[in-house]
Amino acid sequence: MYKFSSKLRLFAIICMVLGLIGLVFGFLSVPGTVEEANEILAAQEAHHGGGEAHHEEGAEHHEEASFVDEVKGEHGYSEKAMAHDKDMGHAAHEDGEHMEHVLHQMQTKPWSATFIAAFFFMMIALGTLVFYAIQNAAQAGWSPLLFRVMEGITAYLLPGSLIVLLIVIFAGEHFYPWMNHELVAEDEILQGKSGYLNFPFWLIRGIIYVVGWNLYRYFAVKNSRDLDTAEDLKPYKNIFKYSIYFLAFFIVTESTMAWDWFMSMTPHWYSTLFAWYIFASIIVSAVTVIAIVTVSLKAIGQLEFVNDSHLHDLAKFMFGFSVFWTYLWFGQFMLIWYANIPEEVTYFILRIQEYNPMFFGMLILNFVFPILILMNSDFKRVSWFVIIAGIIILVGHYIDIFFLVMPSTVGPYGSFGITEFAALLFFLGLFVFTVGMGLSKVSLRPKNNPFLVESEHFHY
Amino acid sequence: MASGNVLHVLYNDDDVLMKAVKEIRSNKYRINEAYTPFPVHGLDKAMGLPHTRLAICSFIYGLIGLSVATLMMNFIMIEDWPRNIGGKPSFSYLQNMPAFVPIMFELTVFFAAHLMVITFYLRSKIWPFKKAENPDPRTTDDHFLLEVDTAGHDLDALSKFLYETGASEISLIHNEEHA
Repeated sequence: MYKFSSKLRLFAIICMVLGLIGLVFGFLSVPGTVEEANEILAAQEAHHGGGEAHHEEGAEHHEEASFVDEVKGEHGYSEKAMAHDKDMGHAAHEDGEHMEHVLHQMQTKPWSATFIAAFFFMMIALGTLVFYAIQNAAQAGWSPLLFRVMEGITAYLLPGSLIVLLIVIFAGEHFYPWMNHELVAEDEILQGKSGYLNFPFWLIRGIIYVVGWNLYRYFAVKNSRDLDTAEDLKPYKNIFKYSIYFLAFFIVTESTMAWDWFMSMTPHWYSTLFAWYIFASIIVSAVTVIAIVTVSLKAIGQLEFVNDSHLHDLAKFMFGFSVFWTYLWFGQFMLIWYANIPEEVTYFILRIQEYNPMFFGMLILNFVFPILILMNSDFKRVSWFVIIAGIIILVGHYIDIFFLVMPSTVGPYGSFGITEFAALLFFLGLFVFTVGMGLSKVSLRPKNNPFLVESEHFHY
Repeated sequence: MASGNVLHVLYNDDDVLMKAVKEIRSNKYRINEAYTPFPVHGLDKAMGLPHTRLAICSFIYGLIGLSVATLMMNFIMIEDWPRNIGGKPSFSYLQNMPAFVPIMFELTVFFAAHLMVITFYLRSKIWPFKKAENPDPRTTDDHFLLEVDTAGHDLDALSKFLYETGASEISLIHNEEHA
């Protein structure tokens, strides 16, 4: 039985305290008035000086070349597309109005920072729950020995999903322009979408997701613990049934969750494979964390029954889902890039123009590194190789979530600063604390699962 | 290969075969070759065969495919006959690169797969119209055959031991001129 060590507990609490201080600082230091926002912009410009101008020029050249349409002879294509775009707030406002918009974006930044970190850790717990449900529904023979690890990680789902729900509710108009009635009143497209994108329905949906996911988590874990002392296989059959219902529920709610919480940040823009793309991020991060936790527990002698074939399989999933994520990311990017339709392409223009090195750097972290590190069959069995690949994948997918949220909510003013780091620290602390507590509740070795013997002798 | 007298030992079941291979090897007898109607999972490890290097070949072939695709698309679509791809600037491979990614992917897979199969054939010394080498046609149906080197062992003791491992049939094959 795993005991949550006091050192780790202290580490988690220190992370949470430091993170909380940083978050409070972040929320307090946002500009309150247009003048203050102006000052910040002026200070930033002075700070960067000539280098900034040069950089801007380079970026301009690059994106103009990528999105130019020579046939139409529109050399300023990306500027025109951005100017017509309603989501990004780049419309040619008068100066005062524009500054008010900038102020709003600056005030949104700490909300975005908190949401990114909160969702990042929540999606790890959620993805682990999905992976767990898949293993149960598929009656997989290799994985039952890892079920307690997965159940431990999903302990974070309850606090994590509640916090995420609270953040999106309280962020409100900071994130979701369609909540602004004045904006909707003069916007025909948003009026057309108001049957789906309206606050009460959106709120009910959010509550349904969180309740549904946590209900499955509760009953699956309860039955899994009952199975340890059960005389028959009834709890096992229950988990099997619940897992199937949950997976059906999840595939629908995951899509709508992606639309509700992410895509509706830019309510004019849509992409049909967006939900899948978010799912790919969720599942690859989750499998990575399962692998990292498994390796860590094995290193302190807790999981001696887990052999390197189990690790090999987890690493194969990390490899496979990394490629899957890249496939979806590129599938979305290439079609939009190719068609070059103004309404669609603004999503990428903003990201490529303002966040260029990291936006494509993320592809190296999420695709090139995992594919090269984890390609060799033998490397997948070396625990520190899996850990290195895992850390790279997690960093990459944090950046992925960052670029889902930041450009959509704060436009070009996104950055990784104290607030972002503090949010990451706080939720890391909470995650480590909750998962540590979750893991230390029961024996890490499940009993009476009919596939347990197969899992013990699993070899590749 | 055919340097000494060998025993052809037949088995009926792949699980029995796996167990037998381990026992034979742990008793210091030498297995020259195994003939099976289908790939038996884990047999290569039990036989103590070195790890295949086909994977390294396939990685290199993939890289060759990727390079061929890049050079080919650059020549066809950019240099030889510049094409208008969604209004993007011509004469630049990099700026039209996303359109070529599917081709780069396909040719990577194509080269890796085909060249790997051809390498496998060459390495296994098989080609069209080659006469089959398997010593007993039943190994293409439902029997498993181990070729065990007699190499100075007492034949009676060896065959007794082999029957104990679950062999269904044993025959002695003379390969030496001066037996």
